[in-house]
Amino acid sequence: MTTEMKASVLKNLDAVRAMIRRHKRNDMLFAMVGLVALMLGLLTLLTLFIDLVMDGYPRFNLQFFSDFPSRRAGSAGLLSAWVGSALVMLVTFLTAVPVGVAAGLYLEEYAPKNWFSDLIEINVSNLAGVPSIIYGLLALGLFVYGFNFGQSILTAGLTLGLLILPIVIVSTREAIRGIPVAIREAAYAVGATKWQVVSDHVVKYSQGGILTGVIIGMSRAIGETAPIITIGALTFIAFLPPSPISDVAPFINFQWLDSGFTVLPIQMFNWLSRPDHAFHINAAATGAIIIVVTLLMNGTAIYLRYKIRKNIKW
Amino acid sequence: MVNITTPIKAEARDLNFFYSNGNQALKSINMPLYEKKITALIGPSGCGKSTFLRCFNRMHDLYPGNKYQGQIVMHPDNTNILEAGVDPIEVRMRISMVFQKPNPFPKTIYENVAYGLRVRDEKNKRTLDDKVEEALKGAALWNEVKDRLQDLAFNLSGGQQQRLCIARALATDPEIMLFDEPTSALDPIATANIEELMSELKEKLTILVVTHNMQQAARVSDYTAYMYLGELMEYGDTNQIFTRPTRKETEDYITGKFG
Repeated sequence: MTTEMKASVLKNLDAVRAMIRRHKRNDMLFAMVGLVALMLGLLTLLTLFIDLVMDGYPRFNLQFFSDFPSRRAGSAGLLSAWVGSALVMLVTFLTAVPVGVAAGLYLEEYAPKNWFSDLIEINVSNLAGVPSIIYGLLALGLFVYGFNFGQSILTAGLTLGLLILPIVIVSTREAIRGIPVAIREAAYAVGATKWQVVSDHVVKYSQGGILTGVIIGMSRAIGETAPIITIGALTFIAFLPPSPISDVAPFINFQWLDSGFTVLPIQMFNWLSRPDHAFHINAAATGAIIIVVTLLMNGTAIYLRYKIRKNIKW
Repeated sequence: MVNITTPIKAEARDLNFFYSNGNQALKSINMPLYEKKITALIGPSGCGKSTFLRCFNRMHDLYPGNKYQGQIVMHPDNTNILEAGVDPIEVRMRISMVFQKPNPFPKTIYENVAYGLRVRDEKNKRTLDDKVEEALKGAALWNEVKDRLQDLAFNLSGGQQQRLCIARALATDPEIMLFDEPTSALDPIATANIEELMSELKEKLTILVVTHNMQQAARVSDYTAYMYLGELMEYGDTNQIFTRPTRKETEDYITGKFG
């Protein structure tokens, strides 16, 4: 290589280095803007959470979970609210998951692809964005008056189930779509029927995604207030629903489904609307608890997704 | 059998490489790349060929925890491209790469080829047009696409897509071009086209190619390196490696007794 060729390479290299330095300034700039944007959202939420925890701090003890609501703020507790929330969530889970997963599977695997299924697809996605109070109104007409379920746990559970149904359907479909065609073809090629392909492979490999969608739906449902108020949930309840487990055969009873109830966000709303400041401390504590529960549920969703997907590589 | 009159474009000196999980994928590799020659890397799967190739454009820097030891020195400027002070972007501006599967962007044919130039701040329409045409001609694709440069790249066949990726890598006048099993996803005719193209490209630049196909290494390369378990077992003139390998392991692999 001649010396002038070498010189030209080196000169060129200097120009390249100058250009890279220039480009990297944009890199840095965006990194900074991005960090500020992230902090803006994160810090606001964190401040809110810390504020709730600090306000509600005096109530963080076991008593708070085992006491019924009371006229005296100091001895008022969450017992009926968290038991109500848990039972309502149970009904929601048991209805939304089978119906949502089955609907998602049918739409994705069985339904013919035409303008009608496109229309359904658009509507399902649209339903996920409908304001929750509309579901409350629907439930009031259908479950409370139509089916005479009353202002019960069953009604609330079904309402919230309906509310998260689109979330479950959409996440099921998305999880299913992530499975490569080659895997399906491999199963068909050994002579499997559609149902065998779906049950042995499609459902199994998309479990992680489906579960994530279910949990995210549930964590949305647990904080919902508007539809529950619409169907007429009580705000002051000093009793527990009958236990689902009984000591005589068949050891399970369903009376609790018919019971009146309250849930965490409604209890919080109730305390918040009182003039006495002492109740506001209870409300703050409840708010912090709802956030922690939601956080735990979403954390579980992320963990499960990671754990299930770890063994699957496309 | 090393030809001492051919200048060296780049050389690995005592190169070790560790993946983030602690695996040592390359073990003290010493190897030259001769200027305007094709060097082929052969060896069984998982022996470190692709890992070695990807050291040359610092692809491993994209994933945290990977570690290089030793040097890859580029001539004539004697830059050790693995040095911490050397920007990987600078390295990639000098050394381009073609991947195993064709990976065109979901953009037009023209924009695919022009992207490397745009990254380098080239805005002049005339210059872009000229360079795109030149690169597509260099990649033997111009005649097939000159009337539809604004078509989406995905509408091309697999072989055409791979030549488009070569044109994209070529448009920026690289000093070295890396090929990571460039024909393993292609049919025999497309493969023959790419091989012919590589032979033409070495008029202008230095090529390092990973291949699983022994005949391909024999057909296109000037020098061949046989790697096994992260080590460079044998390196030399392609004719010599294929006709008179000095090591038993190399002979076994080439003749298909092993691997």
